[in-house]
Amino acid sequence: MRELSYMEALREAIQQAMEKDERVFLIGEDIGIYGGAFGVSAGLLEKFGPDRIIDTPISEAGIAGACVGSAVTGMRPIGEIQFSDFVVLAMEQLVMQGAKMRFMFGGKAELPFVIRLAGGSGTGAAAQHSQSLENWFVHVPGLKVVMPSSPYDAKGLLLSAIEENNPVMFFEHKLLYKTKGDVPEDMYTIPLGKSKVVREGKDLSVIATSIMVSRSIEAAEILLKEGIELEVIDPRTLKPLDEEPITASVKKTGKALIVHEAVKTGGFGGEISAVIMESDAFGYLDAPIRRLAGLDMPIPYNRTLEHHAVPQVEDIVEEARKLIKGVY
Amino acid sequence: MAKVKIEEQLIGGEFGRKKAEDLLYKMVLTRTFEENALDMFARGKVHGTMHVSIGQEGIAAGAGPALNEGDYLLNTHRGHGHFLLWGGDLNRMMAEFLGKETGYCHGRGGSMHIADVDSNNLGAQGIVAGNLPISVGVGLSIKMRKTNQVVLTLFGDGAANEGAFHESLNMASIWNLPIIYLCENNQYAMSMAFERAFRIEQISDRASSYGMKGLTVDGNDVIAVHKAVREAAERARKGNGPTLIEAITYRYKGHSKSDRQLYRTREEVKKWMKKDPIKRFAKLLDVDEKMLKKIEEKAMEDIQKAVAFSEESPEPKISSIMEGIYA
Repeated sequence: MRELSYMEALREAIQQAMEKDERVFLIGEDIGIYGGAFGVSAGLLEKFGPDRIIDTPISEAGIAGACVGSAVTGMRPIGEIQFSDFVVLAMEQLVMQGAKMRFMFGGKAELPFVIRLAGGSGTGAAAQHSQSLENWFVHVPGLKVVMPSSPYDAKGLLLSAIEENNPVMFFEHKLLYKTKGDVPEDMYTIPLGKSKVVREGKDLSVIATSIMVSRSIEAAEILLKEGIELEVIDPRTLKPLDEEPITASVKKTGKALIVHEAVKTGGFGGEISAVIMESDAFGYLDAPIRRLAGLDMPIPYNRTLEHHAVPQVEDIVEEARKLIKGVY
Repeated sequence: MAKVKIEEQLIGGEFGRKKAEDLLYKMVLTRTFEENALDMFARGKVHGTMHVSIGQEGIAAGAGPALNEGDYLLNTHRGHGHFLLWGGDLNRMMAEFLGKETGYCHGRGGSMHIADVDSNNLGAQGIVAGNLPISVGVGLSIKMRKTNQVVLTLFGDGAANEGAFHESLNMASIWNLPIIYLCENNQYAMSMAFERAFRIEQISDRASSYGMKGLTVDGNDVIAVHKAVREAAERARKGNGPTLIEAITYRYKGHSKSDRQLYRTREEVKKWMKKDPIKRFAKLLDVDEKMLKKIEEKAMEDIQKAVAFSEESPEPKISSIMEGIYA
């Protein structure tokens, strides 16, 4: 099959959606001639023109408002928040307006919009350009939250998000943009709210999101040489969460390790842990559930410190070994 | 100076006497609705909060009726008048206020979030300036769909000091969006007086920094508001972009029901009551006090009917609690 990068897969999804449906448009900062800060929208201005690839002033609340207002009146906008951190400047529009409008209006409005956000650390961008804020939005009824971990998922999930009649927060990872993988050329969708078992194994369930999925797979390869089999599960959609594949896996392995980049305290790992413990998988656990997550700190600038602020392959390997050996 | 006929003042005679009388009735109805609502609060018949526009009815009477069916409304937290003048049904409005299933939002929104998507009334607003960025999206959508509609975006003097005001007006201006920004300057952002919150004489002065037309009108003068909104709508429909209209007015009552109004004097309130928009408009229509009393009685009758309708209406079913969150 043809290989595309995560970034190209996203671009192809946007392009195909825009070709199919003239109500779909892209709006954000530097998405036109610049091609997007990370290059996702490169070439789209030439294809669709400035009326559908809309460059905005640096006005994040305005971008979010443009999405809310145009969605509720019949369009299907995709808003780009250049660095996901900047979403703090658009919180009111997303949390107070977009997420609640349908409910407040008695279930009568439809808000088909997607907010794409470039998140994550690892680029030396320091504390204000490297956060993983997805769990804030998981906490807001009315929103859906998606985090693709591969080029294949990026395309299929984005196409689903665009077809969705609800606001979707779509968290991309900066370090994944250049990663490659098989991506079909046709306009396929991956339903929101479906977890995926990305690697089967019998010894330990690893539930990982975004870039931690590929790191967990790398860790699994290393541990396989020691005879330890990791099962890796990617929720893909954090809200609504497809719980069954997670609990089914824990019932099989009896152990769960949750890995995400966002800081541990108040992170999505706590939610997954609770989901396991509230389910019938609880009785199958033969070890404590462990969370491996970002340290409770702003992302540091220094390369070495930045590396150690979030889970790396070696951390996953070590944590998995401890769980298998019963050393916590 | 000869008195210009009311029909002529109301934009080239397209408003007949009957329509003008209906405006007057709706103004009275708004005030009666709100006075009755305050009374119901006082008697403990409703819970929650609401924001009344008593004293500001002139703007609603002038604005909504200046637009066409199919245009969009983005209302404020103090928007009962605008809701009624956008064609809102009194029974369903009252039912929403009382949290009933028959209300516009099935009791989920209340006074502060009342909306009627079917008539392009995109809702009252609980967040000061929260509707300003949304109007950019609505304006953009109109432009992309090429429908020649306009958006009426309402906000108060307080909203003009939010960051969202800046982002919204700038984007609307650079993209020539068909938005009418109508600022109801009622002199106070809760307790913060206009003079304490602004260094400028008029909020409309800010329009020039966005390259937008701005004007200030007497918000207690229905005709002046109507004319300004009408002209702004024409400009917008011709593709000449947004307008910032500041309408000067005053709220007689507190910000919300908990307001003890320590920030102003009774004399100040009394002074403004002399410029009452309802009395002024009645005078313009040669409606004397006796006739006005009759209109008030009719309004109260209708309000009582709406209260009865609402009280008889069912509460939302508890089993439906999670409905309406996602499409």
